[in-house]
Amino acid sequence: MMRTVSAAETAPTTHPWVVHTEGLRVRAGRHLAVDGLDLALGIGVHGLLGPNGAGKTTLMRALATVVKPAGGRLTLLGEQVDGRSDLRRVRRALGYLPQQFGFYPRFTVREFVEYMAWLKEMPKTAVPGAVQRAIDRVGLTAKANARMKTLSGGMLRRAGIAQAIVNDPEVLLLDEPTVGLDPEQRLDFREMLRDLSVDSCVLVSTHLVEDVVAACTDVVMINEGRLVYQGTPNDLTAQGGQGDAGDSPAERGYSALLRRHRAGAGR
Amino acid sequence: MTTHPSPAVITRYAEGGSGLDDATVWSVEVHLETCAGCRAHLAGSATDDTRALLDRVAAGLAGGIAAGPLPVRRQRPWSAVHRRWLVWALLPWLTMTVAVLGCAFLLEALRPGLPSLLLLLAPVAPLPGVAVAWSRRADPAWELITGTPSAGLTMLLRRTAAVLAIVIPALALAGAGSGISLALMLLPSLAFTTATIALGAVFGVRRAAAGVSLLWTLAVVLPSVVIEELPVILRPGSVPVWALAIVGLAAFAASRADGYRRLSSRN
Repeated sequence: MMRTVSAAETAPTTHPWVVHTEGLRVRAGRHLAVDGLDLALGIGVHGLLGPNGAGKTTLMRALATVVKPAGGRLTLLGEQVDGRSDLRRVRRALGYLPQQFGFYPRFTVREFVEYMAWLKEMPKTAVPGAVQRAIDRVGLTAKANARMKTLSGGMLRRAGIAQAIVNDPEVLLLDEPTVGLDPEQRLDFREMLRDLSVDSCVLVSTHLVEDVVAACTDVVMINEGRLVYQGTPNDLTAQGGQGDAGDSPAERGYSALLRRHRAGAGR
Repeated sequence: MTTHPSPAVITRYAEGGSGLDDATVWSVEVHLETCAGCRAHLAGSATDDTRALLDRVAAGLAGGIAAGPLPVRRQRPWSAVHRRWLVWALLPWLTMTVAVLGCAFLLEALRPGLPSLLLLLAPVAPLPGVAVAWSRRADPAWELITGTPSAGLTMLLRRTAAVLAIVIPALALAGAGSGISLALMLLPSLAFTTATIALGAVFGVRRAAAGVSLLWTLAVVLPSVVIEELPVILRPGSVPVWALAIVGLAAFAASRADGYRRLSSRN
């Protein structure tokens, strides 16, 4: 099928990074959950790793423009979004799956994704097609007309992924997307991530090191609100030695990095 | 439209294009896409083989359509209303508001000596509904919605309008029933709604609603019940003051429109 390519789509980008933070500080309640984070992300799939309470979810919320940073600079798609700027243009190019996402129980999956597409200000004529494509992509075609309250946990998660990708976002933020997915669905999800990584910046927050190694082009590790490490999955694997905790080379690399960071912070 | 190819060329095209060079075939195809007359000619000169093929394709398609899922039924707009979250979340609050107004109306009819309770309560009547309409505790999908470009003052106003659509007629009916001037009944409640929205940009809508209601109860409702006299601001002469307050507060809210783009932790 042919479609018209607009001038805006082919225009060269004028920003070096899709996501760029400098000294970013974000509060979660009174606690400073992200404290002076410097991060630069380009096109590709980036896996965000870190222990519980490292500030992953708070960072995701700040990147999704849901909460306002307490300090530092946050630039998305070349536009600064930390101040009182107009967020609409950036938000149209955003896809976000929160860690716990609420939904309207009486909506069907299709209505839910349609409603989100409408909120994302997609052109009215493009909505039905985009909704069907997003639902097909996450494998919920047979459940498209089921009410949200009848879905299982894994299906809900996939409905959440469908609403995040419905507007073909340039920045896709997925907070714990693989929770509740069975092994086969996780493989499909990794396949979808590889698809998306061609022309958008995807940040996937997860606890599962093997997900990152299998599907990500880049690993970002944070602890206590600061960047610990950024590199390729192979680099992460190379960090670990025989003495480190973990059942796979990547897990050993993860625990080695974390141990070294904690030792450095303790000094 | 391109020029019509000669009938002889179309006949040869229908027979498989033997003896026609590629450029002629392309131009015939481009022309056929836009010209119904030449398509009819082509259909008339199709060979038996082509007809058999077309019949097979048609039979295959018909079988696929019959076996496949039914097309999605187009929904009537009103059938979606009862599935909206806002409708169900507001229902208890609006029921309570209307019940309180009803009690005030009855009390006024039974005890004509007291200062008009309806007048005293009318200003704060829409506030519980407004607070619920823009609160992260009441809206399950707040995190998804806040990250979309549509989030902001417009959405808050749309939800407020839904609340006012119930509360204003209730106030007007009660006021008409007890012979109170319509302006004194409605203008203060509109002014308080505007004040809640305006202060909501600074403190969060829920807090603003609670603060404004508390202040009104302590400063006006309780004293006037105790001294059994209506305050100056609820007498007919104060209508212009209320109108001016609405304009001023609305202007303030409009100037702080960017304060509603993120649902801060205060809500």
